[in-house]
Amino acid sequence: MPELRTEPLVVNFGPQHPSTHGVFRMRVVLDGERVVDVEMAMGYLHRSMEKLAEERTYTQNIPFTDRMDYLSAMTGNLAYCLAAEKLAGIEVPERAQYLRVIFAELQRIANHGMAIGIFLNDCGAWQTPVMYMLREREKILDLFEMTCGARLTTNYMRIGGVSFDIPKEFMPQATALVEELPDRIAEYEGLLLENEILQARARDTGILPADLAIASSVSGPVLRSTGVAWDIRKADPYCVYDRMEFDIAVGYQGDNYDRLLVRMEEMRQSVRIIRQALEQLPPGPFKTDIPLALRPPVGEAYARIESPKGELGFYLVSDGGPTPYRFHVRSPSLLNLTPLKEMTVGQTVADLVVTLGSIDINLGEVDR
Amino acid sequence: MTFPGPLAPWYDFRDLSNAVERLLSWLSDIGPDWLVYVVSAVIGGTAIFLFVAATAVANIWVERRVVARIQVRRGPNRAGPWGLLQPIADMTKLMQKEALLPRAGDPVVFLLAPILAFGPALLVWGVFPFGKGMTFVDLNVGVLYIIAVTSVTTIVLFMAGWSSNNKYSLLGAIRVIAMLLSYEVPLVLALLGVVLFAGTMSLSGIVAWQHDMRIWLFLVQPLAFVIYFICATAEINRTPTDIAEAESEIVAGYHTEYSGIQFGLFYAVELVNAMALGAIAATLFFGGWWLFGLDRWIPGWMIFIGKVYLIYFLLIWLRGTLPRLRIDQLMAFAWKFLLPLALVNIMVGALEVLLWVEYDLSAGLVLPVFSVVNLSLAVLLVVGWMRFMAFPFHRLPSRARLVHDIPVVAPGAPAGGAA
Repeated sequence: MPELRTEPLVVNFGPQHPSTHGVFRMRVVLDGERVVDVEMAMGYLHRSMEKLAEERTYTQNIPFTDRMDYLSAMTGNLAYCLAAEKLAGIEVPERAQYLRVIFAELQRIANHGMAIGIFLNDCGAWQTPVMYMLREREKILDLFEMTCGARLTTNYMRIGGVSFDIPKEFMPQATALVEELPDRIAEYEGLLLENEILQARARDTGILPADLAIASSVSGPVLRSTGVAWDIRKADPYCVYDRMEFDIAVGYQGDNYDRLLVRMEEMRQSVRIIRQALEQLPPGPFKTDIPLALRPPVGEAYARIESPKGELGFYLVSDGGPTPYRFHVRSPSLLNLTPLKEMTVGQTVADLVVTLGSIDINLGEVDR
Repeated sequence: MTFPGPLAPWYDFRDLSNAVERLLSWLSDIGPDWLVYVVSAVIGGTAIFLFVAATAVANIWVERRVVARIQVRRGPNRAGPWGLLQPIADMTKLMQKEALLPRAGDPVVFLLAPILAFGPALLVWGVFPFGKGMTFVDLNVGVLYIIAVTSVTTIVLFMAGWSSNNKYSLLGAIRVIAMLLSYEVPLVLALLGVVLFAGTMSLSGIVAWQHDMRIWLFLVQPLAFVIYFICATAEINRTPTDIAEAESEIVAGYHTEYSGIQFGLFYAVELVNAMALGAIAATLFFGGWWLFGLDRWIPGWMIFIGKVYLIYFLLIWLRGTLPRLRIDQLMAFAWKFLLPLALVNIMVGALEVLLWVEYDLSAGLVLPVFSVVNLSLAVLLVVGWMRFMAFPFHRLPSRARLVHDIPVVAPGAPAGGAA
């Protein structure tokens, strides 16, 4: 009897695929259901932002940062403004600092809600968790809208402060939301984390060892899920995070389930931070006046924040002109994606999809 | 052809077969026998087809509305009152779309698959007793017929996946074969438990047994129902077992390449099969048209359809709630969990029937005792077997660990606090 000739199946996951979260392509070699090799192809959403930014003034560049990680525009704004302020040596008023913290943390809740919902969608939970998460996200976006007029691409932060002060309806609505959210999060924890099918799917799949995570420069919830306690809000505090009381959520072994746990807990910690910031919010100006064409002194600056996806850093080089000489983004989505092959090879297609979902990438930020 | 007993008036809508029987008895007086057979076949076939088609259309609306409520949204509410015309809009859209044919595919098999898929979905409805006399074909091997007809779907889905010449479709087809063959085994064994007690494979016979004994077979065979329900859910490709068309993994599985009305046919088949699952469960386990004497006041076919929709609602609920299992987990569940339980269930059931027949006990005494015994056995077995097969994922807690303080790293200094 002749030996049966077999060959691996090469499947292109993406660019158009329901669970690549945008235009991301994976060339996956399959042996039946098992993943033998994963090769990532990025760049389908490349918009040349880094080069475009070199032709625009520092203020004109803020909208670009909205469109990088379009699910968390506030933190994109914040990181860029911090870098520009560091470069130009601008002091930010205290009220603006607090407002920045409030909006960054609201954005974190919105982003983590989407991340959890979409992750469950990848697990096959047919849209229901997404819809519940969208319900909470809508309320946060309402707060954004009443403050700055936009819901998604907010363009809210400015170099030297924020663009608008909060309207008078903001406080009661935000306080109500802060009161409501812990109950909601507890409800989702009960519904999702205790689910047997979800545990069977997400536990022990897509394991990322801590040393590999550090070697790959992974950050954010993906890094924390491996058991490494690392959070820039605590390790290198910016704005007024050093005055806030909060904990870092850390996982156990870096599998998909741990990433879900960490995000779930971070939402609760964000609520804590927002509550404190709303209580402490001082009166005063919400921005400093800066020249329209800001000309920072010759030099370079790197500012980093803990964005919902990880360490988001902006590296700016000034040649003394009104536009940055170099505008570089250290995007967490891209770097968190790099160990995907090590995380998925040897597991099934279903695990590959779930692992990709649990990393919480945003293709706008991966490709820029 | 003879008709036993006096006929009920044709306008007695508690049993829709009255009018037909009147017509047929009149025909048998004036015409030859074959004419009666032909006319009854045409009337019955048309009725079944119309019922199935109407169900498929209605279920589009039901499914979308119910799932929308589960997902805190409103669902279709623009086309007509409460969005009732939405299915018509959906179907019109599907029919207008071009039915694409993949160039590298096998056109004959590709085009045949959706049509053949509709066949079993339709055929299975022929044997259900909708009411006391409302059976199109009262097969004496009805249960066997149902199992046989629903199994054909496996081949059809594989045809669809194979002929598309698409890698996602192929993966879906492989999954269909693996999953459906595995789940067929415990499914048949679960249904055997019912047949053991009722002593007949005829569906109207099984309903009549439940009617005579004044007990639902669900109460006598609870474990069989649970196993049947899980297996049947797997057979009709819905979450948590929709791995054959797993949207987030393999796009749409075996029907990735189908568009237009061909896709619509697969979609309709899925809805009709879900209903058929409900009909089988309602007939075999919940007394069909019989509802503890209430069927004297409510038409039997209404009771039957009501039961079917209740079970269908359960399916929609599952679909809107649960994530999907992985293929190896599904296989393990079928072979390691459901199959042993089904075997134990048959053994216990056979022992009980043996005792009942051997000692000639009265049914009114024995069946409640068997129900209690079987129910406690079912709970014991499910819980015990779950513990025995304990999955390893309970080792780690299901809440994140909290760390309050980490060392502050001065900018520029080496990050010592990272690890």
